[in-house]
Amino acid sequence: MSLLATLVGRSLTGFTRLLTGAQARWIGCGPTPQQRIYFANHQSHGDFVLLWSALPPALRERTRPVAGSDYWLASSMRRFLIHRVFRGVLVERRREMRTEDPLETMRAALDAGDSLILFPEGTRNPDPTAPMQPFKSGLWHLAQSAPQVALVPTYIENIGRVLPKGHLLPVPLLCSVRFGEPVAPVVGESKDEFLTRARAAVERLGARDGAAA
Amino acid sequence: MNAQVQWLFGGLAGLLALASGVGWVLARRAARAGRGDDATIANLNDRINAWWVMVAVVGGAFWLGTTAIVVLFGLASFFALREFVTLAPTRAGDHVALVAAFFVVLPMQYWFVLERWYGMFAIFIPVYVFLFLPILAAFGADTSRFLERTAKLQWGLAIAVFCVSHVPALLMLEIPGYDGRNALLLFFLVFVVQVSDVLQYVWGKLFGRHKVAPRLSPSKTWEGLVGGVLSASALGAALWWITPFAPLEAAGLALVITAMGFLGGLVMSAIKRDCGVKDWGQLIEGHGGMLDRLDSVCFAAPVFFHAVRYWYT
Repeated sequence: MSLLATLVGRSLTGFTRLLTGAQARWIGCGPTPQQRIYFANHQSHGDFVLLWSALPPALRERTRPVAGSDYWLASSMRRFLIHRVFRGVLVERRREMRTEDPLETMRAALDAGDSLILFPEGTRNPDPTAPMQPFKSGLWHLAQSAPQVALVPTYIENIGRVLPKGHLLPVPLLCSVRFGEPVAPVVGESKDEFLTRARAAVERLGARDGAAA
Repeated sequence: MNAQVQWLFGGLAGLLALASGVGWVLARRAARAGRGDDATIANLNDRINAWWVMVAVVGGAFWLGTTAIVVLFGLASFFALREFVTLAPTRAGDHVALVAAFFVVLPMQYWFVLERWYGMFAIFIPVYVFLFLPILAAFGADTSRFLERTAKLQWGLAIAVFCVSHVPALLMLEIPGYDGRNALLLFFLVFVVQVSDVLQYVWGKLFGRHKVAPRLSPSKTWEGLVGGVLSASALGAALWWITPFAPLEAAGLALVITAMGFLGGLVMSAIKRDCGVKDWGQLIEGHGGMLDRLDSVCFAAPVFFHAVRYWYT
């Protein structure tokens, strides 16, 4: 990483910590350097920055967010952030615009030994009080092709209140990121059954000690 | 930094060294008895270690001077307000009011302290913010639980910003014959209130039998309360030489602020129970959040400030 990218990365994590505390709660697994896919609920653009900031630096270096190229390639500032600072894995969300299979892009990152941050809902959930949207099938396909990678359910709390849609300035609020016990497809389980179970695992983490920060 | 301040922080370091020694002996004895994982002792040592950090930070601010002290308490207010608002049920319509609370109201209140503008310092939050924040929230056009949301934000600002800002505001008082020594008054307030918390904890752990308010705070006992408040007041009286007070007056003021500190702790516990949490946050290892450490100071500081202002200026 270039010096500038490192500096920007450090200031972003520092700023996120000052604003939100970025508390990591390791409930079902520890902060160990194991290859993982962190799959989480999605409310705000701040989501993966928060998750990324909550990881210990050694893990953060090897963890890449999966992000939509339509949003992140739209300006040079965003391109710099996603390529150089976050080292994001960009996928095309619009089917008709695809030149390569998003799954292949993600698999290539996993083959290189990196961990991923994935939002299986696909798009942001605009209403923080509404239940999570159904999961898209990417998580299942990655689990099939890379069974050695642990799938860690992750719940991001409060970030939707920090920066609601349509506002520019964030409000400082304590946010926590909860990491649950890894889930894996079991023999005979269908794709939909697995995705429902994975989604329920994230929801259960969200229900843990409710309003407590 | 004047010689008295150096002596005081040197004394604090000595006290903490003593506490660390006691903590170390307790942990070793527990380990020998096969209770190496004793939670009370581990928490005690976490608390003592956090005290070293807090004393170092406050000592650093004293060394740097007035501006650093004001900025330090401004930051404390920031963290305290962040903890409070996290537990308050705000909605998207409150966003502008919240941004204003953190990035306009808080800096302005501390700016008034730095500028020694007593009039605005005293009425800014109770009058102007009281009226204008609900106006901003009303523009959010979300009426659901409007009164509750507005009231909670007002309360948070009053406790975390208005009350806390009375600690550095002691620096603006002009006490005849006490020029340039106001930082000692601040030391007196914070030390007596915090040492009272510590001594209530120690007396409670050693002799606590009868609970004061079991529904609010299971750890507060009458033995801890009386022992802590009286011994902290005695320590406050012993510090009369750093204040503009006579020894008996120092004892009386110490008694008032330790009592306010205890009552403040009760009120803040009631709010925590209402929100269903045990601690306000996890900022300070072993202590909880900023508000867990500052709850007693929040209630003691305004009363102390106005008592000193009324009788000594």
